[in-house]
Amino acid sequence: MASTPVSRRGMLRGGAALAAATPLMAHAQTPSTGPQRNIGAGMIPVELTVNGREVHLQLDPRTTLLDALREHLHLTGTKKGCDQGQCGACTVIVEGRRINSCLTLAVMHDGDKVTTIEGLGTPDRLHPMQKAFIAHDGYQCGYCTPGQICSAVAVLDEIRAGIPSHATADLDAVAMSDAELRERMSGNICRCAAYPNIIAAMRDVAGEAKA
Amino acid sequence: MKPFTYERATSVETAAKAAGSMQGARFIAGGTNLLDLMKLQIETPTHLIDVNHLGLDRIEQTEDGGLRIGALVRNTDLAADKRVRRDYAVLSRALVAGASGQLRNKATTAGNLLQRTRCPYFYDTRMPCNKRQPGSGCGALKGMSRSLAILGVSDACIAQHPSDMAVAMRLLDARVDTVDAGGAARSIPIADFHLLPGDTPHRETALKPGEIITSVTLPKPLGGTHVYRKVRDRASYAFALVSVAAVFGRDGRAHFAFGGIGTKPWRVEAADAAAKAGAKAVAEAALAGARTTEHNDFKKLLVERTLASVFRQQEARA
Repeated sequence: MASTPVSRRGMLRGGAALAAATPLMAHAQTPSTGPQRNIGAGMIPVELTVNGREVHLQLDPRTTLLDALREHLHLTGTKKGCDQGQCGACTVIVEGRRINSCLTLAVMHDGDKVTTIEGLGTPDRLHPMQKAFIAHDGYQCGYCTPGQICSAVAVLDEIRAGIPSHATADLDAVAMSDAELRERMSGNICRCAAYPNIIAAMRDVAGEAKA
Repeated sequence: MKPFTYERATSVETAAKAAGSMQGARFIAGGTNLLDLMKLQIETPTHLIDVNHLGLDRIEQTEDGGLRIGALVRNTDLAADKRVRRDYAVLSRALVAGASGQLRNKATTAGNLLQRTRCPYFYDTRMPCNKRQPGSGCGALKGMSRSLAILGVSDACIAQHPSDMAVAMRLLDARVDTVDAGGAARSIPIADFHLLPGDTPHRETALKPGEIITSVTLPKPLGGTHVYRKVRDRASYAFALVSVAAVFGRDGRAHFAFGGIGTKPWRVEAADAAAKAGAKAVAEAALAGARTTEHNDFKKLLVERTLASVFRQQEARA
């Protein structure tokens, strides 16, 4: 993929940078109504380990983890859907836990390990959950899929760790079931309604891991 | 988002002092509610104090057999804690009934107590809202009020408190432990922590400027059977229309608290006293003073029916 001379994404990226230049300059000319104190004002250095690679960024503190991944590191697998924590398209795994990357600031994650869909597997070496989504047709348009897969991988870990959910009958006996999977995936919306196939894919991976 | 400066706090005392001395400063922990509101410019802090590294993430036994829950304990970890599942199951149940798995991984104990209403007029900056913009009026009173509160309301505000966790905390008579900007510690009963809107709905808690929550303390376990029943428009990941937290003792005594119907987590002593008379009597006591709109009047009957379902489940167990 990296060897493709001109990709659609590359074109879009260039276009977005040009488009962004004008409003940024306009903003710089407006009078400052900034904070009274300037502790940590301006750009802040942030160090992350993303998919096993250490990265160093200088970020406006307003940058969400999602925007840091997409706009600064160009890892566009993680998607921006609602940008308010309702759809789950931005789900990534931080320090082993799935979170909405749209609802957290990158500066709050200085020193953290982040895994995105690109870090779970590659087209040549798919993660078992990626393989299962393909085998079970766990998507149609695919926009929510990276978030669904990151969430699905973390959900299986949560069940194995005995973390209860709203579908858990006995709080001390968390077990794999379709009801558990459906409840735990409620933070990932799929407009194409691929839900039954997503559950089938997850059940498949959960079964394999047990064997 | 409006521009802001950012710092990582290194101690509770310095964090409280910084927040107390700087107008427009806010603490950020999980951030799942605050950042959402900052994107909409409903919250416009000029300075964020990141408290995530203060080490307030432990759950410890207290001397009198209770549990001290660090302010930064994530909702997932609190729900999964062995002692909470065993001795305070109503709290585990309330936590897992709230939000999504992703949000519970980030949201903290203190942040959950401080989360702000989901009243649509609070969220829509083109609408009047006394909570968001004091003195601008209330769009909800004569507007779309189906999800909103029927207890503790005023002519200025009928916004419902959105938390599930806080309802269980209210039932358990938790105390909110804080340190203020001058370094003084105090412990606030949860009944006094959330304020009724009155004519100042923008004032939501008893916290003073700069005061930081360090932990929430639960008294020793009540025993009995713990239930959290939540009624909502979707089976998962939706705010409560009505929720009932209940603990049934072996002696027929019971305790109740309610979500989705109050401007704060709702509890009435008289409702507990009516337990032996059944669901209808408990509902009547809990709903004393209710003031409804044509859109949310249904909540009164829904409270009674949710209680009836909780009682039936309890009778089936006994």
